[in-house]
Amino acid sequence: MKDLIIAGHQFQSRLLLGTGKFSSKKVMADAIEASGTQMVTVALKRVDVEKREEDLGNYLKQLPIQLLPNTSGARNAKEAILAAQLGREALETNWLKLEIHPDPRYLLPDPIETLAAAEELVKLGFIVLPYINADAVLCKRLEDVGTAAVMPLGAPIGSNKGLQTKDMLEIIIRESKVPVIIDAGIGAPSHAAAALEMGAAAVLVNTAIAVAKYPAQMAAAFKWGVEAGRMAFESKLGGSTAFAAASSPLTAFLDE
Amino acid sequence: MSIHTLDYVATKDFRKVFDHYSWEEVAERVNAIKESDVEAALLKAGNGTPEDFMALISPAAEKRLEEMAQLSHHLTLKRFGNVMQMYIPMYLSNECQNICTYCGFSFDNKIARITLNEEQILREVEVIKKFGYDHILLVSGEASQTVGTDYFEKMIRLIRPYFSNVMLEVQPLHQEEYERLIHAGVNTVLVYQETYHEENYQLYHPKGRKSNFNYRLETPDRLGKAGVHRVGLGALLGLEDWRADSFFTALHLDYLEKTYWKTKYSISFPRLRPAVGCQQPNHPMTDKQLVQLICAWRIFNENVELSLSTRESPAFRNHAIKLGITSISAGSKTDPGGYAGKLHALEQFEISDERSPNEIAAMIESEGYEPVWKDWDRAF
Repeated sequence: MKDLIIAGHQFQSRLLLGTGKFSSKKVMADAIEASGTQMVTVALKRVDVEKREEDLGNYLKQLPIQLLPNTSGARNAKEAILAAQLGREALETNWLKLEIHPDPRYLLPDPIETLAAAEELVKLGFIVLPYINADAVLCKRLEDVGTAAVMPLGAPIGSNKGLQTKDMLEIIIRESKVPVIIDAGIGAPSHAAAALEMGAAAVLVNTAIAVAKYPAQMAAAFKWGVEAGRMAFESKLGGSTAFAAASSPLTAFLDE
Repeated sequence: MSIHTLDYVATKDFRKVFDHYSWEEVAERVNAIKESDVEAALLKAGNGTPEDFMALISPAAEKRLEEMAQLSHHLTLKRFGNVMQMYIPMYLSNECQNICTYCGFSFDNKIARITLNEEQILREVEVIKKFGYDHILLVSGEASQTVGTDYFEKMIRLIRPYFSNVMLEVQPLHQEEYERLIHAGVNTVLVYQETYHEENYQLYHPKGRKSNFNYRLETPDRLGKAGVHRVGLGALLGLEDWRADSFFTALHLDYLEKTYWKTKYSISFPRLRPAVGCQQPNHPMTDKQLVQLICAWRIFNENVELSLSTRESPAFRNHAIKLGITSISAGSKTDPGGYAGKLHALEQFEISDERSPNEIAAMIESEGYEPVWKDWDRAF
């Protein structure tokens, strides 16, 4: 299978993991390993540079994976930019998952602030992966300001409802020149497989793994779901059609 | 009347919503809830209305308690995960000009009054940081002349460098005062209505600024307008009929979420506990009822944070962490200077769970949860 390339970096795994909601660091580490992921996101607000030895960020930094700090908690571009700069210093990476959700309940991303922040952060040298609603126009606008990928949601975060925004995701995947990573709402390996079959470059999963009864086993299931989906996509999946093949072709007369 | 028939858009004043309801009518209705109403409320798990909440706290729902607990547990896991947020209160002052018939700090209680100075606060901070805390709740009585906005602002600036998240539980303030304190670093303000029973509110609060029911009722509105990150609500459980009080709290939350949608909310469960020289609860609430209430909140609203303090017993808290609670305090002292331990001021109420922060963290881990000490950043 082809590697995933983001900002010139190659990844064999197309499964990204979130690090929230796990019952312990051990459970999280086992899930990371079982998932085969090469990139995990961590909320900057959870990182405590003063508690070196027990800090989540410091712990993740030692794993052989790309760390993707996120700005969860930021309500506007200004807060997100400040958090990103502090995060870059604390976690020593310029990779950033840009999350701006002024609404603390559904954590739905603010498109206006996200675009403004993305533009500024790209100029500041960050590799920006913005979390957004499944909005195809916004994806093109983000691409224009130089984001390394786009991360549209499949369903409300933590909902495990799957690809509810499927029609919009299809347009985004078709039109996008940067990798499309489907984030939020992926609740089962079959959802992940469906996303990859559609042509998504990758998926990001957190709740479905962290809250499973056996997180490491679920992480492995997602690994296979993602691989199956990608393999199917690369094998040129036969599309379905709404119509049965006509018994009397409409264009046969052209050959007569 | 259903809340959704009210015109939320037209008002930024909860009083106008509140006036559509009468305490007596609510208290009667909650007792008349039928099993079919409970069934309907359970089916809307996570996305209920205040009317559904009423069904969930009703006597009719009592027989569905185990089912409610399972539902609450699963909704909480899905939204919050296997984690528990840790916080600790720090009492800045027990000076108080109010008479509150249920409170140890009441003006008419002849106790030693202390307001911590900067040096004393830093000594408290030192102990609290050693416990591992990063989220702190600053508490005071109401003595605006000496312990007012100027004092709070100064002390918040002093404390801010040591904590990622500073919460405040003090007297209601004006919007401009809140704006100053938010600018100084306050993330969350807790303000409990105590009771939504307007007439009896006067009996419990006969003297002091706190006797102004409306000013207190409209405090979350002022906080919303000031743009605070998080507001904590609650009613003092046991003062009046907890069902009616909790319904009004739910009504308040529903209104606030729709009006100040950028603000996060949390609910606390202060159950009346004995304090020196104070009255006992008029309407005692059983453990079973408190469990029902916690689960009802979660089933009504899957996003709201639910907080449980050391007022509750170790046995109750050990079990409550799986029922929907998302944040918990541990090792709390409710007297100013209590952590450094040299001032001997009287406490506001007796702590029931006296286990240390480490012991509580170990208990949380043994239940399969990770204690979270930091979940905010000064950048925000």
